Amino acid sequence: MRRQLPLALVFIFGVFMIVQYFVPHEYSEWVYEFLLDWITIIGIFALALGIYSLTHVSMGKIRNRTPNWQYAIVTMLGLFVMIYFGFTARTGDSWGLYFVALVALTLGISSLTWGAVETQASRRKIGFAAGLGLLAVFVLVAVFDPSWKFYFYTSEGLQSAMFRNFFDYIMIPIQSTMFSLLAFFIASAAYRAFRARNILATLLLASALIVMLRFNPFLGPVGEYIAQTANWLLNVPNLAAKRAIVIGIGLGIVATALKVILGIERGYMGRG
Amino acid sequence: MKYKLVVSFLLALLVAVPVVAQQDTTLADTSAAAMLPAPATMVQAKDADNDHGHAIDVTWELSADDGQGAGTVLSYEIYRSESPDGPFEQRGLVPSQKNSYTDIGSRDRESPDYFPDYIDFYYRVDAVAADSADRALSEVFGPVHSYGQWFNTGRIPVMVGVLIFAILTILFVTIAKKGRELYVRPLAGIDAVDDAIGRATEMGKPILYVLGLGTADQIATIASFTILGRVAKRVAEYHTKVIVPCYDPIVMTVAQEIVKSAYLDAGRPDEYSDDIVYFVTQSQFAYVAAVNGTMLRELPATNIYMGKFYAESLILAETGAVAGSIQISGTDEIAQIPFFIVACDYTLIGEELYAASAYLGREPVLLGSLKAQDYAKAAIIVLAIVGIVAANFGWTYFTELFQVVD
Repeated sequence: MRRQLPLALVFIFGVFMIVQYFVPHEYSEWVYEFLLDWITIIGIFALALGIYSLTHVSMGKIRNRTPNWQYAIVTMLGLFVMIYFGFTARTGDSWGLYFVALVALTLGISSLTWGAVETQASRRKIGFAAGLGLLAVFVLVAVFDPSWKFYFYTSEGLQSAMFRNFFDYIMIPIQSTMFSLLAFFIASAAYRAFRARNILATLLLASALIVMLRFNPFLGPVGEYIAQTANWLLNVPNLAAKRAIVIGIGLGIVATALKVILGIERGYMGRG
Repeated sequence: MKYKLVVSFLLALLVAVPVVAQQDTTLADTSAAAMLPAPATMVQAKDADNDHGHAIDVTWELSADDGQGAGTVLSYEIYRSESPDGPFEQRGLVPSQKNSYTDIGSRDRESPDYFPDYIDFYYRVDAVAADSADRALSEVFGPVHSYGQWFNTGRIPVMVGVLIFAILTILFVTIAKKGRELYVRPLAGIDAVDDAIGRATEMGKPILYVLGLGTADQIATIASFTILGRVAKRVAEYHTKVIVPCYDPIVMTVAQEIVKSAYLDAGRPDEYSDDIVYFVTQSQFAYVAAVNGTMLRELPATNIYMGKFYAESLILAETGAVAGSIQISGTDEIAQIPFFIVACDYTLIGEELYAASAYLGREPVLLGSLKAQDYAKAAIIVLAIVGIVAANFGWTYFTELFQVVD
């Protein structure tokens, strides 16, 4: 039953999805959208599992002092601080004791964590005592400081200054930096790829040179011929190869989908 | 005498004023008639084809003054009413020279633009000149109502293709089940997996398996799951370590189950831990940073990239090359395949990713589907050649057979 039920569900919903593609009626659309909503709902629950997984792995690294375990602390801090900023916002222009609460909460949770992972009983006690004390400070500030508050049900926290600042001035520049690395990696990959080791590699090198030179403005009348050749390379041999791959991919997708629906392919269930 | 003159004058006024007034009106009418464009004719409306309802196609013959005649028509305004006598509500506006409009509304009952099905409507098309007051009203057409269809006839070619392919697949799977030997050409990338696991075992270093940025409902990710199962089983048999950082939490959950089952199948359930498959983040480049960090810290013997990859493909593969790992990749993202080919030792191109699971398992039923793919490709090649010939001879009906209308 443990194996049969998932297979039956996959078959029923797989066949429904195929039929749905050919039925434009709004009842069909409604069921389709309902099922897509379920993907979102499952995704939200799975995100909780994901956060648990990240926390579990990071805490394990800290506890076992695995090499480079300090990075796990940074990961945990980043996760925790962004959650905190996302749920809190100022009520006016004053920060009040907002940062005191943040520090108390961070240190409190860190102390409790330290207490939990420590092996010596005396240190465990210190960790738990300090953690509970700091959490008490946080609760007091949260209750009596009117300059900020928690927003659990609305999006004010996501619009708050701290959340936006961390996102706009830390997260986005870091992501842009990672993306910009691509330019350098393209250069290094091209250096390796465009070596004239044999006839095919030489052809690749020549084609790449022609395609790269097509936008060069200093080639004068020769540039026009190069542009025409580059366009031919892109629109004829390149496009033909691409289309062949796309047709293969399309057939592969249909074949795999059929295998999954018919229960021939069960790798996704952990039984290859 | 004076009285006679006054009476005559008044009588003259009584007669003249209405005449002048009548003349003025006639002049004004004549002037307006000269400015008004000719109306749109032959207005027709019918339910839009192959849709979920809530839409009506309106067509008309262009006004005689649209592009010819006086040439005064600049646009057409489409009006709708629930009664032929009105009131009419404007539903759309199209420029001159256009003679069709699809009146689409929302299917959401709460929406202000809700378009009810099975309610009779009447349509009118106004030909409008530069001054929007100068307009010619068409005849009212109706009643007409919208309704949803139960079959999209525009997708019949897709249905026929899928049916033929499904029959081929089932046929070859049945043949394979009967025990007939099916030849599958060697895939260098898959043959390299065993060597790569052996290398990792000898070096005492882990294997990094990256499932890509795809979600669990994408076929490339499903194919990657199957390959992960095979890899994890062999890794467990060789007592080697595998690391699977995940981008999507649902993918992580499925991958954990797959690896756990693989360890169980290999008879090493005690070696499985949830830390093998873990979630990192759903931010693309943060994920890349984390995986690159893992590569440079753990220095895996082998990196396997299978699934859906986007701009991060080259960043991952180049970092892996820098770390000195053997790299095997496979993706169905056309734009990323060249990057993987350049940076990895072995690459599964497109459909080879889907064939890999069958090739690894060597199970007849899985190999049967590969044969079906081969025959379908042969059929497509033949059809493409016939299509080229047909197009050159102007036999358009052949290409129209395969036309899919959404």
